[in-house]
Amino acid sequence: MSVATQDNAASVGRVGRTFVYLTLLLFALFYLLPFFIMVVNSVKPLSEITGGNMMALPQEWTIAPWLSAWSTAQIGVEPTGLRPYFWNSIRMVVPAVVICTIIGALNGYVLTKWRFRGDTIIFGLMLFSCFIPFQIVLIPMARILGILEIAGTTTGLVLVHVVYGIGFATLYFRNYYAAFPTELVRAAQIDGAGFFQIFYRILLPSSGPITVVCVIWLFTNIWNDFLFGASFASGDAAPMTVALNNLVSSSTGVKEYNVHFAGAILAALPTLLVYIVAGRFFVRGLMAGSVKG
Amino acid sequence: MGFLDINHVTKSYGNVEVLHRVDIAVEEGEFLVLVGPSGCGKSTLLNMIAGLEGITSGEISIKDRVMNGVHPSKRNIAMVFQSYALYPNMSVAQNITFGLEMHGTPKPEREKALKDVASLLQIDHLLDRKPGQLSGGQRQRVAMGRALVRNPDVFLFDEPLSNLDAKLRVDMRTEIKKLHQNLKTTVVYVTHDQIEAMTLSTRIAVMFDGYVQQLGTPKEIYDTPENVFVATFMGSPAMNVVPAKVEMVDGVPHAKVARAEGDDALLAFAQDNMSEWAGKDILLGIRPEAITDPEGADRDSNCIVTLANRVGVTEPSGADTFVTMTLGGKDVIARMRADTTVQVDEMFDFAVNMEKAVAFDPQTEARIKA
Ligand SMILES: Nc1ncnc2c1ncn2[C@@H]1O[C@H](COP(=O)(O)OP(=O)(O)O)[C@@H](O)[C@H]1O
Ligand SMILES: [Mg+2]
Repeated sequence: MSVATQDNAASVGRVGRTFVYLTLLLFALFYLLPFFIMVVNSVKPLSEITGGNMMALPQEWTIAPWLSAWSTAQIGVEPTGLRPYFWNSIRMVVPAVVICTIIGALNGYVLTKWRFRGDTIIFGLMLFSCFIPFQIVLIPMARILGILEIAGTTTGLVLVHVVYGIGFATLYFRNYYAAFPTELVRAAQIDGAGFFQIFYRILLPSSGPITVVCVIWLFTNIWNDFLFGASFASGDAAPMTVALNNLVSSSTGVKEYNVHFAGAILAALPTLLVYIVAGRFFVRGLMAGSVKG
Repeated sequence: MGFLDINHVTKSYGNVEVLHRVDIAVEEGEFLVLVGPSGCGKSTLLNMIAGLEGITSGEISIKDRVMNGVHPSKRNIAMVFQSYALYPNMSVAQNITFGLEMHGTPKPEREKALKDVASLLQIDHLLDRKPGQLSGGQRQRVAMGRALVRNPDVFLFDEPLSNLDAKLRVDMRTEIKKLHQNLKTTVVYVTHDQIEAMTLSTRIAVMFDGYVQQLGTPKEIYDTPENVFVATFMGSPAMNVVPAKVEMVDGVPHAKVARAEGDDALLAFAQDNMSEWAGKDILLGIRPEAITDPEGADRDSNCIVTLANRVGVTEPSGADTFVTMTLGGKDVIARMRADTTVQVDEMFDFAVNMEKAVAFDPQTEARIKA
């Protein structure tokens, strides 16, 4: 009797698993399809796209669209390609991520290990800042950038993204450090370590996973941001996303779809790379944060 | 003036006072154990000595230097935590020397101190490992090493053994005692385990509800507990405390207690002062080892009283057999020899050593003193 049911359970399991895998496969294909189309069409001459099937592999392989998108395509009025804007984005995203992560880690450290009166209120406000819609701050932010005389510059964008990013970074680090044993901090205090020494020598070396989570999150969000980029840094200071839009919506001449595809992939490449390099740690960091936090 | 003076110290969180006016003077080389149930304020007091918690009122001084407001690292104390609190990213050697490094001790001296401590604790072979690669007992040693290396005036321990399994706990207990006998440093040790308190200490402070209930040597605490709480908290199995009435028989005060059945038993007191309580209710406290079979009774005692009562339950533990009976309406445990002849449900003549009996005022629960 029990043998029969076990047998049953096993076969139900097998059917179930097959079904699950099939579904997963289907979804994977569904999500990969656009990427496939982008890659395939970015290595075709334009004539193959306009004349035929978007899904087909190229008859004639070419990297000309990539070169064009990178260095010669018309962005707005200048034939500069995406290259200068790519570096704009890098100059925006790297300082913003570094500053946010450092401040977020320090905030998390203070909010969990150096508690003070009103700390939960401050944390609550920071948390709240994560959920303020971007549109609401556009005008006040423009005013502040104007006063600081960094409107329309990459520095201005860095400031905007730091302001928004600190909330998230603080949230991540606070929850991570909340699970970090306070006795370690006390032991270090007795050992004579100061505020920053405890941070550098004790907490930071154990913060790898959450730092990765924080960096990936900030990097993708800041890199992909369009609204702030379009609002506060048009023209030469525009980030990659804005430049991509300008590339695609340039009204002069024929629409070079293959160049657009190549440009879109170029714009997405850094975030993809970050995921591929650090993705393993990302999952691990998320787990660590959620289980302990 | 002691070596470590705790003077009128209180601690409040907001409006709640969790420690009430603690006064303890610890002599140099003493091993003071703070013992009490969870939440009684032991860790709070220890953290105040360490400087990790502020002192609401009163004064703590070490070597006649007032420590209120002095940073933990400047008190020349070392602390061993319950979780060991080893720095997970550092090797054992780095863990041990971190404090010296922070205090600016030159490298050659640190190396030498590390070597001395490592050989003292027999952890030489572990120095390159990370805490995560150590067993519980090894971590415990490293934590002690970290404390020892600083050569502090006072060692503070907060339940250092409670994360170890039973066997290791007993071994480490002996080792801590040995270490103290060799080094003769002053120790304040927090535990909720009364056996640890009894075995390790030179003096014990029994705490409950934010009050120090009694401060004394292990023998004082055990033999003459100040109140019912101390009496029942210290000792395992706990002291039997049963309601009784004092009655004078032939001019001698007796404790009259209800037996399981039949008439009340009369147990003659060894102390004369109980006459003052004639006719009044008291609580009679007798430790299990003071109720034995006649053959096992203490030969040095001048006051062995026979108590016939019905045997309830017998529990052989190997070394002894514990016998439960009903006395004064309560379960009372007697400690008999292992090969005792008692039979369940039969009457038995227990020998009660009334010299070891104590009496408490049922209103205040304080011990009635001679
Ligand atoms: N930070 C705090 N805020 C408020 N109450 C506290 C705080 N820390 C400890 N207490 C209270 O103080 C009392 C003593 O705690 P503690 O010293 O940790 O007890 P023990 O170590 O004896 O178990 C407890 O009732 C606890 O709830
Ligand atoms: Mg405690």
